[in-house]
Amino acid sequence: MGCKVGQWVQIHSIILPAGQRAPQVPEDTQQVPLEMWCKGFALEEAELGEEVRIETVIGQVLTGTLCNINPRYEHDFGEPVPELLTVGMELRKMLEEVRRQ
Amino acid sequence: MTQRDTSYLAVMARKNEIMKRAIGIDYDTFEEGQLAFDYEKMMSETAYSIDEVKRIQAETAVGNTPMIELRNITQLVRAVSPPGKGARIFVKDEACNPSGSFKARRAAVSVYHAKKAGYKGVVTATSGNFGAAIASQAAMRGLKCIVVQETYDSHGIGQPEILEKGRACEAYGAQVMQLTVGPELFYMFLRVLEETDYFNASLYTPFAIAGIETLGMEVAEDIRKIAGKDPDVVVVTHAGGGNTTGTARGLIKAGATQTQVVSASVDLSGLRMASDVDFNKKSFTTGHTGFGVPFATWPDRADVPRNAARPLRYMDRYVTVTQGEVFYVTEMLAQLEGLERGPAGCTALAAAVSLAKELDQDQIVVVQETEYTGAGKHPQSQLTFARQMGITIRRGDPRENKPGECIVIPEALSQIQAVDQDIKHLRKSYISNVIKTNGVTKVSEKEIQFLAEETKSDHDFVCQVLQELGIHW
Repeated sequence: MGCKVGQWVQIHSIILPAGQRAPQVPEDTQQVPLEMWCKGFALEEAELGEEVRIETVIGQVLTGTLCNINPRYEHDFGEPVPELLTVGMELRKMLEEVRRQ
Repeated sequence: MTQRDTSYLAVMARKNEIMKRAIGIDYDTFEEGQLAFDYEKMMSETAYSIDEVKRIQAETAVGNTPMIELRNITQLVRAVSPPGKGARIFVKDEACNPSGSFKARRAAVSVYHAKKAGYKGVVTATSGNFGAAIASQAAMRGLKCIVVQETYDSHGIGQPEILEKGRACEAYGAQVMQLTVGPELFYMFLRVLEETDYFNASLYTPFAIAGIETLGMEVAEDIRKIAGKDPDVVVVTHAGGGNTTGTARGLIKAGATQTQVVSASVDLSGLRMASDVDFNKKSFTTGHTGFGVPFATWPDRADVPRNAARPLRYMDRYVTVTQGEVFYVTEMLAQLEGLERGPAGCTALAAAVSLAKELDQDQIVVVQETEYTGAGKHPQSQLTFARQMGITIRRGDPRENKPGECIVIPEALSQIQAVDQDIKHLRKSYISNVIKTNGVTKVSEKEIQFLAEETKSDHDFVCQVLQELGIHW
């Protein structure tokens, strides 16, 4: 799958490879690279995994590996959490009892 | 354009030069000897007066948010307090600011100044509400905006709270650069500043702190209008220290010098902040001890040479609450008061519920902020994510909460109990950091005075700490 010129895409790049991280980072972080993602409009056609140039919403031109075409926001409201679902009912009941006294 | 060396060490070596161009403040002029600097001179000469700040903020509809009395919560708190106890609880509904949090106040002044000083754009390094605030203010004033965020772990998994804040930045027209975990966020930030020549819209400039002073002043004025007196206690959600510093300075400028300032953070003790493994074990990404303690005890770790946020100068008490307690009161605020707001901004509310139990019924405790909520920034999404990361979630005694392992949602309101942190220990730790970082072996009387001001302590306390550290004066 690839992107066309002008399509909204996301690119990925390695900023600092593992082993070249800041000296103060903990050991677990030291073993992984510093990575970056950014979005913009593709300036050329490319396949996923290929290098591509993009123009961002403020007009900067950045280069990286094409990793997503028309990326969607995937965060949501989560699942209903049973441990929280009854909190409102409990507190309202308590308030009613306090008011009755 | 000449090709600059962009390796980590080379960029960090150019830090001071990059910062000077990107803020336009010559911090050296405020330095006084080996460890001290003139804080008040820095604040008054570089930032704006509180009247100017009010005018700047009014231009972009920032501030003058509602002060709401939480009558139902107060009534319930009284039911679980000793006789005669249970202060009135108020909340300053800062979610009503244009970008949905009090951060709009900080951003308003920074972006105004950037525009006035002729910068074409603003850059900020934050995973929090400040990014959206800068992006929103930049949109209003026609500046370009770049937000650099710490978003993902090495598996590309992001905290829902941070993903939402990234989305909000993009909604306001910002370019968002999302990084994996690590303090090199600051390195990337410097690279962006160097490449763009944009303004460093740091959370920690005098502009950003002056922006919060109006919040402290409004809190005093609102409560005087409603109750004819000053608030007894103002509770502030504490992370990097700006909220505590600016609010307290505003209270003082309003003449509310007797009001007690209590900072509150979510307890995330034991979780390492720059750790790839621990990153997604947190269920709060701000307002927690991972920022609160290091920034209080060493404010100049920030992205500016001298941090204008110096919370130990103003903090009367520092308390922590658990993640489970904050989720519980967030739910309570929605269900009893009809205010659905984001969890991180409710950190101070959890502390206020606990503090109100100690105070008399005619006393007033103010929670000085709320923040917007939405997909990602919501108890359900944050707890769903926590569960996916292997965290246990259950009802029970919040004392059994263990950061990174178990979130305990209280079974009853009476279980909410803020825990006092040893503020003397924080003060000692600050003094020790100043001495060690500057390699100091002997201090002057003037420097003792500076350290006393920095820690809201006195001459004797500072001398006692110096003696323990083996430092002469």
